[in-house]
Amino acid sequence: MDGTAIPRLGRGMKLREDKTRNQWVVMGPERMFVPDEIALEVLRLVDGARSVDAMVDDLAARFAAPRGEIMTDVVAMLDDLTAKGVVTA
Amino acid sequence: MTTIPARAKTAAPAAPLALLAELTHRCPLRCPYCSNPTELARVAQELDTATWARVFQEAAALGCLQVHLSGGEPTARRDIREIVRAASEAGLYTNLITSGVLTGETKLQALVEAGLDHVQLSVQDAEPGSADRIGGYRGGHARKLEFANRVHEAGLPLTLNAVVHRQNLDRLPQLIDLALELGAGRLEVAHVQYYGWALANRDALLPTRDQLEAATATVEAARRDLRGRLVIDYVVPDYYAKRPKACMGGWGRQFLAVSPAGRVLPCHAAESLPGFDFPNVREVSLREAWEHSEAFNRFRGTAWMPAPCQGCERAELDWGGCRCQAFALLGDAAATDPACVLSPHHAVLSLAVGAAAGAGEGFTYREPRKDPRHGGPMAEASEGAQG
Repeated sequence: MDGTAIPRLGRGMKLREDKTRNQWVVMGPERMFVPDEIALEVLRLVDGARSVDAMVDDLAARFAAPRGEIMTDVVAMLDDLTAKGVVTA
Repeated sequence: MTTIPARAKTAAPAAPLALLAELTHRCPLRCPYCSNPTELARVAQELDTATWARVFQEAAALGCLQVHLSGGEPTARRDIREIVRAASEAGLYTNLITSGVLTGETKLQALVEAGLDHVQLSVQDAEPGSADRIGGYRGGHARKLEFANRVHEAGLPLTLNAVVHRQNLDRLPQLIDLALELGAGRLEVAHVQYYGWALANRDALLPTRDQLEAATATVEAARRDLRGRLVIDYVVPDYYAKRPKACMGGWGRQFLAVSPAGRVLPCHAAESLPGFDFPNVREVSLREAWEHSEAFNRFRGTAWMPAPCQGCERAELDWGGCRCQAFALLGDAAATDPACVLSPHHAVLSLAVGAAAGAGEGFTYREPRKDPRHGGPMAEASEGAQG
């Protein structure tokens, strides 16, 4: 996935709050993922409209971190989530 | 001095993640490995819409995140749309486990509008003639393919569930192709589990070791080639395993089922275990059943375990395996699952494999118990509440 890609949640994937366990989960067909804090920040920005570049800009501003590093991490995370079917581009 | 109720002494068990709602035992198919009990519930015993709606609310409050609407064939219920809506409104991720043969375009659209999240469609084989013979329903396979296309067009995610055994395992590559053709995101290759109907048909269904090894290699290659396109779930069957599976993730740990007649079960097959007084949602809440019923607490944790499970380093990995299999094969639900090499009765599995080798291919099909007052299962479906 590159900077211009526009990721969205995969078919049937839903990000929702699990109040019983005090966490956020991605619910999918017979699958459930519990994103860590950073993955959750990324997933919250996956809306089918924002590009990866725009997501990285947002995160770099909010976390005051070098854009290049964030881009590397976000792309790796999105590639992993794509392989799992959580995200598609 | 006050009396502390017994229940206050033990911490509540962790919350369940998923509810299996078996809405009905009615089904037009007659698969010889059906996971329903051999004693099928009749339509007059089925829970009504309002009770299911309450069960979904209770499940969500208890911590369940998803519900599997199953059966029998769940869409044989006239109120399936209201049931899907109630599950969705309770905040549950809603999965329909279906044979697909009763759902036309209009009904599917109604289910989508009611909030259905995912469809899991069973197929009996990749070859239509064989598929229809195994399901005991002529024309069924073609209807399933039409249904799958409609699901895809409706934008819903689709899982194909292929139950595999000796009579279709050689066509696993074609089943994988079928999953891709139908636009499924996920393929579940589920080996038959041998209790109930399947145990009665074991000699006709058990795969050979050669078949199993070929299938495992096929799955491994397909997982590599199709990474990112198709997720394949596959578990080695117990009859060729050295260690048991953590059935249901452990008794009363992650999962609960409610039968068509309202019984709350740690697994859908547990109803056939003798000596249990399973709680019923008509009488108790789901929380009461989950946390405090004797049935759920009997095999919870590790204290109940016999040797060799007791003290085994895998006790909290496999939780002693499957209680239903221990009962089906050994007559003792509290025994170590014989799938474990450490079970003194492990040999019963290889003996069964030996007995099945060279056995015939004929089936005992799933049928409701003969009763002159009733027609077949579909006669009941069309008669509604008269059954």
